[in-house]
Amino acid sequence: MTVELRTAGLSTTIQDSGRSGYYNVGIPPSGALDQYSLTAANYLVGNPADAAVLECAYMGPELHFTESTVVAVTGADMPPRLNGEPRPQWESFPVSSGDVLDFGFITAGARAYVGVVGGIDVPEALGSRSTYATAGLGGLDGRPLAAGDVLPIGQSRSAIAGRTVPEDLRPKFSKDLEVRVVMGLYDHVLTPDGRKTFLDTIWTLTPVADRTGFRYTGGKLELIERTPPFGAGQDPSNIVDAPYPIGSIQVPGGVEPILLHRDAVSGGGYMMVGTVISVDLDVVGQSAPNTRTQFVEVSLDEALDARRAYRKRIQRLAESCS
Amino acid sequence: MTTMETTTARYSWGGDEHIFVEIDEAMSLQAHFRAMAITTSLQQQRPDGILEICPANASYQVRYNPDVLEPRTLLAQLKDIEKQVGDASDFSLSTRVLEIPVLYEDPWTTESAWRFRSHHQKSDVTDIQYAAQINGFANTEEFIEAHSRSPWFTSMVGFVTGLPFMFQMVPHERQLVVPKYLSPRPSDTPKQTVGHGGSFGCIYSVRGGGGYQMFGITPSPIYDPSQSMPDFDESVVYFRPGYIVKFIPIDRDQYDDYVNEVEAGNYRIKAREIDFSLQPYLDDPDGFNARLLEVLHDG
Repeated sequence: MTVELRTAGLSTTIQDSGRSGYYNVGIPPSGALDQYSLTAANYLVGNPADAAVLECAYMGPELHFTESTVVAVTGADMPPRLNGEPRPQWESFPVSSGDVLDFGFITAGARAYVGVVGGIDVPEALGSRSTYATAGLGGLDGRPLAAGDVLPIGQSRSAIAGRTVPEDLRPKFSKDLEVRVVMGLYDHVLTPDGRKTFLDTIWTLTPVADRTGFRYTGGKLELIERTPPFGAGQDPSNIVDAPYPIGSIQVPGGVEPILLHRDAVSGGGYMMVGTVISVDLDVVGQSAPNTRTQFVEVSLDEALDARRAYRKRIQRLAESCS
Repeated sequence: MTTMETTTARYSWGGDEHIFVEIDEAMSLQAHFRAMAITTSLQQQRPDGILEICPANASYQVRYNPDVLEPRTLLAQLKDIEKQVGDASDFSLSTRVLEIPVLYEDPWTTESAWRFRSHHQKSDVTDIQYAAQINGFANTEEFIEAHSRSPWFTSMVGFVTGLPFMFQMVPHERQLVVPKYLSPRPSDTPKQTVGHGGSFGCIYSVRGGGGYQMFGITPSPIYDPSQSMPDFDESVVYFRPGYIVKFIPIDRDQYDDYVNEVEAGNYRIKAREIDFSLQPYLDDPDGFNARLLEVLHDG
């Protein structure tokens, strides 16, 4: 079967859990920016956790179904409508041949996810169906979807409507975020005051917030005086170009931190001062411009504890959908 | 003879999934070679749970799954490998030496450079004229001669897909150093632009933004997501860390001929497999380079 896009929304891409093994040649993991909502969308329709879904940023597409199936919408609060009638989020529901699914205005979060029984069945590129548009890789022709695109849907034996994610397993979206960070990398280029400013500032997310990175405004960080090492460049915030961790926060010139997400540039010459813990990347992926964000320092062990808690939550999600 | 000095690497957690290792704060081929030796050794041992091994200019990074591989166990293993590798003087790299034809001062990067002049240090000269001036060359011809005479060592692949960062194989005092644009161009760096920032050369693999000075353009594709061209049978990206590049200045007619070959689907980058060790190069850079480049013309 297929799904046709009547309209594409603002930026709709095909994403799954992402690819690994190519960051050394500059190909980032990609995949859903909110992996929890990806997993939930798939479990709700009986797919494996990592099947490909639609990631719909800020404004949803209009989807036309050519066969009966079951779908689920998770992630940002973006109310689904089937032939104009409201449908719930975090719950699987049936669609019939000829039905049109579209979305109302987004009220919280940034990205909704649409799972379809069988998953979006575009060919894998380097082990994943995720779209990495910068290099025209994966998804449908390596690009965000456009009106008129026809998406192949995978085969599946069962289609179960009426599965629901319990209220306490649905994420809450807020315009005031605390994002946990393991400090390090080049944070020694900050003075003690500069480091304190970084952690004390309530940063505001700018409109520069896409799959590659999230840019914040709100303060200026004091850097130590130093002679830039050979090869680094002239600015005190320059380093000899180095790999960037997924989730790392760089601060060019000491202003406007940039947090790299799953379509990260793999390396560059600006000092990074810390890295968002992996489970909080979902939270960042759901933040819209103007979100007030404070970076909260945690230790590696706290990051690992948070990771264990997240895995338990995913396990409960799986149980609630089975 | 230049001796190898080794510093102790600096280790940092990059959240719960990365370990970042700075071999040296400053760029040198010695630091890079240690990063290559360590990551090569890790690749051979490859414990379960390793997701990405990324050697870079004077650093490297490992991404791992901490549910499978305990972070402190991995950290200890990396420190062990660092000790075993030492100054990497006995490390030999199986790599390639290759030719990249370049149309210097081409119309497309020149047009882009003029369009984004407000982002640049100088409003009245081109990128390559500026680079020639601040590196003490009388004109761009002399600069191009220095840029294309000695080969370049690919010390990192990334930023975007398949983009090589290259460090010229000349003594420190002959390195070409040019600052990056004051603020990056937001778009329209042509695909296959030969760029330069700090002491690094690069080739932009895809069209997009960029902050490096633009000196010319190569007709050689270095990224092919469709894998339809003969150089891309095994991978969508051409470059790997360690590849040694000799730039060959070409004129517009030669450029157009190469583009026709690319379009006909039979263009190949001229390359030879080699084994590279650092010490023979450090002992006699120019002599070593001359012998190295002869390999390209054998057979």
